[in-house]
Amino acid sequence: MSDILLEEKPESEQVQAPEYELAGAEGAAEEATAPAEPLDPNALLEVRHLKKYFPAKKNFFGKPLSFVKAVDDVSFKIAKGTTLGIVGESGCGKTTLGRTILRLQSATGGEIYFDGKDINKLKTAEMNALRPQMQIIFQDPYSSLSPRMPVGEIIGEAVAQHKLVPKAELKEYVLEVMKSCGLPYHYYERYPHEFSGGQRQRICIATALALKPRFVVCDEPVSALDVSIQAQIINLLKDMQEKMGLTYIFISHDLSVVEHISNYVGVMYLGSMVEYASTEDIFDKPMHPYTEALFSAVPIPDPDRHSQRIILSGDIPSPINAPSGCKFHTRCNHCMDICKEVAPKFKDYGNGHMVACHLYPQD
Amino acid sequence: MFKYIVKRVLLGILIIFGVSIILYALLDSVPGDFVENRFMSNPNVANSPARINQMRALYGLDASTLGGYIKWMFGDWWMPEKWFWGIYDDGELIEASFWGTMKLNTHGAIAFDFGTSFVYEAPVTEVIADHMWTSFALTLVSLIIYYPLAVFLGTRAAVKQYGAFDYTTTVLTMIGISFPTFFLSAIVIKIFVYDLGWFELGLTSPDFSGSGWDLFWNQAWHLILPMFVVVILSIGSVMRYTRTNMLEVLSADYIRTARAKGLSERSVVYKHAFKNTMIPMVTVLAGLLPSLFGGSMILEDCFNIPGIGQYSYNAMNQGDIMFVMGYNMFLAVLTVIGMILTDIMYVVVDPRVKLT
Repeated sequence: MSDILLEEKPESEQVQAPEYELAGAEGAAEEATAPAEPLDPNALLEVRHLKKYFPAKKNFFGKPLSFVKAVDDVSFKIAKGTTLGIVGESGCGKTTLGRTILRLQSATGGEIYFDGKDINKLKTAEMNALRPQMQIIFQDPYSSLSPRMPVGEIIGEAVAQHKLVPKAELKEYVLEVMKSCGLPYHYYERYPHEFSGGQRQRICIATALALKPRFVVCDEPVSALDVSIQAQIINLLKDMQEKMGLTYIFISHDLSVVEHISNYVGVMYLGSMVEYASTEDIFDKPMHPYTEALFSAVPIPDPDRHSQRIILSGDIPSPINAPSGCKFHTRCNHCMDICKEVAPKFKDYGNGHMVACHLYPQD
Repeated sequence: MFKYIVKRVLLGILIIFGVSIILYALLDSVPGDFVENRFMSNPNVANSPARINQMRALYGLDASTLGGYIKWMFGDWWMPEKWFWGIYDDGELIEASFWGTMKLNTHGAIAFDFGTSFVYEAPVTEVIADHMWTSFALTLVSLIIYYPLAVFLGTRAAVKQYGAFDYTTTVLTMIGISFPTFFLSAIVIKIFVYDLGWFELGLTSPDFSGSGWDLFWNQAWHLILPMFVVVILSIGSVMRYTRTNMLEVLSADYIRTARAKGLSERSVVYKHAFKNTMIPMVTVLAGLLPSLFGGSMILEDCFNIPGIGQYSYNAMNQGDIMFVMGYNMFLAVLTVIGMILTDIMYVVVDPRVKLT
């Protein structure tokens, strides 16, 4: 398949409700409130063995028989003020990962430490109180704005509910946020349908940033926009990061955008993270065969340079019956016997460059 | 907006014209007219063709369909006397004029003269005006009870989709939808009127002679059972409609946005979701206008309530063309007004819609 770079629909339109908790799932058993390993003090967010399974088939009584493993044992951490780019093919679980981190979907297993607290264990009210600090910008600015609310109310509503600014200053504050996101004052009373895609995405960004967040998940924020608008939005996000000291998870399938905005990059395949490294490292010398193939598909704007395109054979396997061993072995050019049986460990090979592949020593 | 409404009103007038033509043609072609229905049982009339023809002439039933319609619509006051004639042979009508044999000096529906009801022997508009309000009270109070209740139940069912509450309300309201009016009425009457004796049929007690508040309470007491039946029969469809709309809205992306903002569940459901669910719900409300004034034939007949529904049911049974035409024109006008109101409501509740 050559259209790794194309993604038409977010994979989120899977079963939304009801959510199923897997009683016996590994990692779900919480032994103690304190994490087994001490947390990295520099990390704002630390994710350990995160799992999100959706029931795929149910028997007559509604008991799930098989699961879509949208996020399967993903671990990583993000330092304050940095950006982690998450890349991968359509349906590899990027969006689900982003939403599960924010507990918009309940995790099946694993821990998410935000500022030292495991948010999976918070009560709904506690979580709601924490939400202003963890925001998300959705992919589709057309459907993610309430059609019957004027822009000012959309942006100010949650600010008022969380009492982030005094009531008397609310309008002024909203106008200020709008200004910093490039929205003129007179948009305050207008309704979302009156705006173009780029303006709508600015409204979404303003809505998220008005809550004074520390951490923002950008779930393909520019995929639905024109190329000319994309750069504006990316620059806006970068400016706001500098101004507010934000930490981003930037989910995208557009590698050049990710290279531009990220400090670290995580590559996902079929719900698992296969490689994680700083942006320079991973673009200079990708270690995992899947990352290599993915990055070889990035067009280089230079007619004299001929990149060596690595074409992967076959389709992405179904996440319901993921291949045994290394999930990538069905399409890998370097597949060995061991790959089919043993899942490789996600290991650090120096300088924080983590890979899960049998090509590299496992011990 | 103003231009749009004017356009719609003009279109509505055209629709009402069309409805009246089709309706008149249908009623005129129904076998057995009013004279036959009313007087054939009287042997004096039945055996005398002359008397029958006299009656027909008197009621204006001997005109052709088109002639009759034109007379109904535009009246016959402007028609010269010579247009009306009939050739009789020993009382037997050989040939009647296109316009019938007798000029009745009516002004026509166009001048809001809907003629005199054959059955009730009073101007049609008067009969409708006299009995409309009983039906209106019955339907309006029922609507005020069942509509908010249905919206509330539907919203709750959607929020707790596939929960016990959802299944219970679904089953119960489905039972309500599936009952035919006459069947549920019969059961209710059997239990509460004949077995328990808590209520009685009719609008007022037979020997009642009070007025003012006494009359009001007496009538209100009589209307409880029919209202109960209306509520049971109507609540289901509105509740299902609310539930479907609410579910659709709850799965929308902007609801996820609202949750991500950390809004309370109350705020998400009742402010964001409910507001958007109300768009189709309010417009349905405007469409209910004709049924509000039109009464319910079967229900009123079952409970012997002298509302507009029962009156039109009797008139229809006896071939009272004048009353049935007037009544149906009344409904047609209400339907057209309801349609225009629906459009206006859309603009009010949905900022995205602009009428041009």
